[in-house]
Amino acid sequence: MPKKQTTLFDKVWNEHVISDLGVGFSLLHVDRNFIHDLSGSRALGALSEQGRRVMHPDLTFACPDHTVSTAADATHTGPRYEKCVDPLRQFAGDQRITFFDIGTHGFGIIHVIGPELGLTVPGALIVCGDSHTSTHGGLGALAWGIGASEVAHVLATGTVIQKRPKRMRVTFDGAMQQGVTAKDMILFLIGQEGVAAGSGYAVEYAGPAVRALSIEERMTLCNLSIEMGAKVGMVAPDEKTMDYVKGREFAPKGAKWDLAVAHWKGLQSDADSTFDEERFVNVEDVRPQFTWGTSPEHVMAIDELIPDPSEQSDLEKRNGYAAALEYTGLKAGQSLQGQKIDQVFIGSCTNSRLSDLQEAAGIIQGQKVASHVDAWVVPGSHDIKVAAEAEGLDVIFKKAGFDWRNPGCSLCVGSNGELVPEGGRCVSTSNRNFVGRQGKNSRTHLASPISAAASAIRGEITDVRKMMKE
Amino acid sequence: MDKFKSISCVAAPLMRANVDTDLIIPMQRYLLVDRKDMHEFAFETLRFLEDGSDNPEFVLNKPAYEGAQILISGNNFGCGSSRESAVWALNGLGLKCIIAPSFGNIFYNNCFQNGMLPIVLDQKIVEKLAEISENSGNNAPFSIDLEAQTVTAPNGEAYSFEIEPQRRHQLLEGLDDIGVTLTKVAEIKSFRKVDEKNRPWIYN
Repeated sequence: MPKKQTTLFDKVWNEHVISDLGVGFSLLHVDRNFIHDLSGSRALGALSEQGRRVMHPDLTFACPDHTVSTAADATHTGPRYEKCVDPLRQFAGDQRITFFDIGTHGFGIIHVIGPELGLTVPGALIVCGDSHTSTHGGLGALAWGIGASEVAHVLATGTVIQKRPKRMRVTFDGAMQQGVTAKDMILFLIGQEGVAAGSGYAVEYAGPAVRALSIEERMTLCNLSIEMGAKVGMVAPDEKTMDYVKGREFAPKGAKWDLAVAHWKGLQSDADSTFDEERFVNVEDVRPQFTWGTSPEHVMAIDELIPDPSEQSDLEKRNGYAAALEYTGLKAGQSLQGQKIDQVFIGSCTNSRLSDLQEAAGIIQGQKVASHVDAWVVPGSHDIKVAAEAEGLDVIFKKAGFDWRNPGCSLCVGSNGELVPEGGRCVSTSNRNFVGRQGKNSRTHLASPISAAASAIRGEITDVRKMMKE
Repeated sequence: MDKFKSISCVAAPLMRANVDTDLIIPMQRYLLVDRKDMHEFAFETLRFLEDGSDNPEFVLNKPAYEGAQILISGNNFGCGSSRESAVWALNGLGLKCIIAPSFGNIFYNNCFQNGMLPIVLDQKIVEKLAEISENSGNNAPFSIDLEAQTVTAPNGEAYSFEIEPQRRHQLLEGLDDIGVTLTKVAEIKSFRKVDEKNRPWIYN
């Protein structure tokens, strides 16, 4: 008899299988279908054209985030709105889908508002036409990004077809050093493993160092799973998770809550469960991370030197390193510290939550952004912005010279037209440093919110630990 | 969706790793360009020079690769963003098949929604095919046979590839996923009915 599969992933997956389609594929029930202004608008448009209805409008939630301006004086009009936002609003209305509108409670980056509103719960199967959907795994949800045709499929059928991935567990042990965050943990892992190591796997992050993380930090950890190639990243729910979810707007209440908690407590990988792959990281080895190239795996500790392409034995890697250095205007053997920067971006579904803003504010308090740096803070949601303002974070940022903006995806991908000036160097708390991602010839250095805040003050790539000691 | 049985044409080598979806179709284009025009901006940064003219160095601009329906590339092709427009853009260029040692997960899946065949072959074989393509002169045709699951190089050497039967069937028949799933609508509805009792907290 085959051994019963008992990992967290298996438990959640099995609960959602409607039918086995053979050769590893299943038809799965979708608990939450999050749609946004890029993939969502197109898919809903296609559906309407075909005369099809949304199967489960009550499990579908829409919010525009990618193309929305984050400028204080935005009028929210123009071609992007006509093409992406307005159709989403209209289709959502036609199909009776809950829509969170710009500038109102609930609005924000879809991967930020899902958990914030209590829509994201442990054990839920969540899909969205966005590769960073893995973020929701921070609460023990099974969540992954899908393409536009799949979005249309989920809308029309309430289900998703997926091949069962293999299972990988990454165990983080040890205690984090000062100046090191969840962002540094996951960048470090990507640096060790490369951008394709997780391809075909659902990753569970486990171990004492993961248990020690807050729920918001776990979301950052899971968010970057796709940069290691894994569509799914998960952390088993625990007391912290229950505390986080409890009382949120869409979270279960009363008797439903009690049933839910009893069920969620069982969502753990059993002690004897086996994984197809295992990785171990001692977080004591992790120092503040910065990317130096054009792939998230082009990453190093702030006190290391930029690697030499000629020392890479793999030809593809050697060429990739050389091309990346040419693009970023850096040289092998150089230090990143002291590299002059033009822009800082604190935001995105990776790092725009209240705790990210609190930590960044803690670094800059009483100091000024370097005069040549354009530094932005883009809160992840309307409610985060309101909460941050209630505790005066906006004043701290503004006094320091940061641009305190409205919520949205913004500079992470520039799909709202907000871009790094051509050829500019930006320290960014987002998730991708691809060629041209933040604008033409933009040079992106991915880092944590505190590293970004420290770099804004110094006007150059900075080891945040030095500022913490001052 | 068009059916995919077999093709025979030149194969263009774009031998670099991690060809990401931003490189295939930049976000600004994905946003404002209609699906049918997406290909005009495919590989924009590689394909055109600063002044907007064709970059003669880019493989798909070379006369030898005119009419290529096959692209040969490096590891992790299509990594990055989930944007399906990356496949649309490649489709629009006339590409029907990508051969690489590995693919970005989401891109790989998106291919099958759009009649594109992604073929995974061992890195050494992919490199060899690229080399053959570069050395075999104008219009030396590669053949892809999905039914037989083979790639045949101009020199007659054939390599077989693996593909899940489900995916293969879908491409061969040009099947629309939604239509197929909707034949199971009773099953989907009864699952939900039971699930509402088992996990009431999911439904409000």
